[in-house]
Amino acid sequence: MTTVSPELIATHQLTEAEYGKIVQILGREPSYTELGIFSVMWSEHCSYKSSRLHLKKLPTRGRYVVQGPGENAGIVDIGGGYVAAFKIESHNHPSFIEPFQGAATGVGGILRDIFTMGARPIAVMDALRFGPLDDPTNGARNRRILAGVVSGIAHYGNCFGVPTVGGECEFEACYNGNPLVNVFALGVAKKDEIFYANASGIGNPVIYVGAKTGRDGIHGASMASAEFTEESKQKRPNVQVGDPFLEKLLLEACLEAMQTGAIVGIQDMGAAGLTCSTCEMGSRGGTGIEIELDRVPQRETGMSAYEIMLSESQERMLLVAEKGREEEGVFRVFRKWGLDAVAVGQVTGDGLLRVRHHGEIVAEIPNQPLADSAPLYDRPHTEPLRTAPMQVPVFASKNLTHDLETLLASGDVCSKRWIWQQYDYQVRTNTLAGPAAADAAILRIKETGAALAMALDGNARYCYLSPREGTKLMVAECCRNLAVVGAEPVGATNNLNFGNPERPEIMAQLVESVEGMAEACRFFNVPITGGNVSLYNETLGEGIWPSPVVGVVGVLQSGTPVGVHFRYPGRSVLLIGGAGACDTVHFGGTKYAKAVLHELWGLPPALDLDIEKRVQAAVREIVRAGLAESAHDLSDGGLAVALAESSLGPESVGAEIELASNLPAELLLFHEGPSRVLISTAEPQRVAGIAAKHGVEAQCVGVTVQGEIVIRNSGVELIHSRVEILRRIFEEALENKLRA
Amino acid sequence: MKFGVVVFPGSNCDHDAWYAVRENLGQEADFIWHDSDNLGDVDAVILPGGFAYGDYLRCGAIAKFSPVMQAVKRFASDGGLVLGICNGFQILVEAGLLPGALVRNAGLKFVCREVRLKTETTDSPFTAAATRGQVLRVPIAHGEGCYIADERTLDELEAEDRVVFRYVENPNGSARDIAGVLSRERNVMGMMPHPERASDPLMGSADGLVVFRSMVSALAHA
Repeated sequence: MTTVSPELIATHQLTEAEYGKIVQILGREPSYTELGIFSVMWSEHCSYKSSRLHLKKLPTRGRYVVQGPGENAGIVDIGGGYVAAFKIESHNHPSFIEPFQGAATGVGGILRDIFTMGARPIAVMDALRFGPLDDPTNGARNRRILAGVVSGIAHYGNCFGVPTVGGECEFEACYNGNPLVNVFALGVAKKDEIFYANASGIGNPVIYVGAKTGRDGIHGASMASAEFTEESKQKRPNVQVGDPFLEKLLLEACLEAMQTGAIVGIQDMGAAGLTCSTCEMGSRGGTGIEIELDRVPQRETGMSAYEIMLSESQERMLLVAEKGREEEGVFRVFRKWGLDAVAVGQVTGDGLLRVRHHGEIVAEIPNQPLADSAPLYDRPHTEPLRTAPMQVPVFASKNLTHDLETLLASGDVCSKRWIWQQYDYQVRTNTLAGPAAADAAILRIKETGAALAMALDGNARYCYLSPREGTKLMVAECCRNLAVVGAEPVGATNNLNFGNPERPEIMAQLVESVEGMAEACRFFNVPITGGNVSLYNETLGEGIWPSPVVGVVGVLQSGTPVGVHFRYPGRSVLLIGGAGACDTVHFGGTKYAKAVLHELWGLPPALDLDIEKRVQAAVREIVRAGLAESAHDLSDGGLAVALAESSLGPESVGAEIELASNLPAELLLFHEGPSRVLISTAEPQRVAGIAAKHGVEAQCVGVTVQGEIVIRNSGVELIHSRVEILRRIFEEALENKLRA
Repeated sequence: MKFGVVVFPGSNCDHDAWYAVRENLGQEADFIWHDSDNLGDVDAVILPGGFAYGDYLRCGAIAKFSPVMQAVKRFASDGGLVLGICNGFQILVEAGLLPGALVRNAGLKFVCREVRLKTETTDSPFTAAATRGQVLRVPIAHGEGCYIADERTLDELEAEDRVVFRYVENPNGSARDIAGVLSRERNVMGMMPHPERASDPLMGSADGLVVFRSMVSALAHA
């Protein structure tokens, strides 16, 4: 047996104090296998040891919440006897090392989290962050990573048969060495047929199902919990390889086996594989689990206990079945789908995770402390890191129409069609509004006749300038996206992507961001039902900007979805929430500052939560009353970009806008003050009436016209262009950048 | 009428076809498992989209050996109506029930979008309810949908009026813009676009229903 040396402890990324705790729990020195088991369970990725303390600040309960954080996915009630299970997860580190497989297995992992709860996945969205595609030194690599990630997501989701219905993609230099791949998935189940990761019933068999175990992905969880160095690129064997076909079979087999009533508990083998699934199920059930590794289906010969326990081979599940019903309830079903299903152990009453290999006990660890007594750190935090100045640079536009074109061609704003056209966004025929069609994706629920709306948002620029305010803006925008399609938010999931938490100025970003999220979620009454924390997003000491991402899910009772595009000429254009206020300090985080001025300064736009809430309520009511022919919120690039995006529909209907404002033209057109929505309607009086009822400004700013976009302020023409010219710029930009 | 929707391991548009037939068309539909060697009492067969057997080796290459495909071949040779959609088209081509082959899209990427299809012939049980030249809005979603065949076969298809649909704007490089073809006996059709996804106005188009409606009336008059 390998002796445990200080070097060995260090390579497992355990501190001396953590090692001391292990010895204390065991009452002896751990074996090599046990050390491996502890190291993955206590890794940042699995234990949330740096963030747990702060995550407790988030609201997790609400009227619709059936299951909050702590399970494989959060669950909300969507009415009609059905629930939605959803969560977001990151696969940042693997996607940098091997973009295609890293992203593909990211999709695979989150899909298993959903169907392990008994829910059939019906939608995927993704939030992607890359280094700039035209970066002078890293451009070629960034382009390769983007292309690889997108085809990885497409490969997995398309073959599995889940539509990828939305998401977002932005570019910043801080992601040059550390792209972000956050995948959200949502599934639907009957409310009384939810499954939990719980091992109960002493003597019940523990059954391994799905793909065979290989040496891939060993220590993936620990890799995701460390900074990148030059050697990281050598870690390619740590990235798992996905097989969406196998996952599709696993889905069908699991859902079918669940119908037999013979399954007591089930958990997927994701990060930390067999280790995590056994000890977490035992811990939740208050039981022990005994497994025999010789019975585990293996892809390679000569695997050690350490390797089998730590492998992150994909498309595997562990389940506990009712004793005596294994054949009819599990084995028969998995045989039908051509999958392995092997009893590898049983539930015991002693609370221990006992692992045997070749007739010997190679690990014997109390489940509960292994799963739940991971170290908890209150890491020191100071002022959030930021180097951007408060001082406003001098700027004056020479040509505002040209500025609008520059924005529409910029990576963050331009059409992402090149990306989403590679995703099957329609399979399962539920997609009422897919990518870029509306501010939120909308899926019908065939079983209940209702529909779900969902959106993802993140804005690292805002969060860098102020983690607290930036995060609040992000939550507000995501809820607004739902309001714009008429949906009421019922729950949310978050992905907290940050740098190294051991640096106090980074930890401060995390703390402030979580507190901002807590405040906004409480205010909008949107509980966080689960999520993911991804720390150590640093390469060679260079950290990413604070990059929280939130996904909000809402319910729509009925109605035809309202899209972003103007549909008919001659309609009134209303700006709900008005032109908004903005000074130059709050202009420094905008896309205009980024794409046109190449600057970053000051503060993110100012958010008044109360006004935001009233605007959302007004818009929701307007849309639900069927009064809006189009609706689009103002975000990246402000009014001018929102107007252009609304004009780029299949009908090429633009607008003539007449403003009367004292703001400088750049600010008036491009400021990103929140709480504003652009609507086209045939019934402006009724729209204004509803807005007034909510105490919300609803300016009629113009009229839709065929093929043109004109914006005037007090009679002075600021922007004048043709829809088809802007369309070409908007739609071809990404492809052009990728071809570079 | 009763439609049988074949389920291969990896089929993922099986439920969509089943739903379109039952809910949007109001006809009966049953699933047929891939290892079954008879089709039961169905009046027509749909091979749905997806990735049968993971589409390993080549799209449809493994599916053609499945027991159910032997039954489908017998059904087709007895004159039964067989519709292959997307992966189903690929399987029909691999199984030799339709000529030609489907290879990687010219753009080398998976493409999901709505396309316009021109109905080239109404002399078929799949398009009799359409009008000649009618343009349908139907989505595509495939990575290997570029239809190819040698020149003689293509000429023959045209001469025998067996090109059912052509793309108005070719999205994948298919020879002569071909989106769907018929067997010589005209009772087997394969098409890359997904009519089952265009069977409900809520989904953006109900133009695809004409394919299923044609099948129902062909069966009613049989």
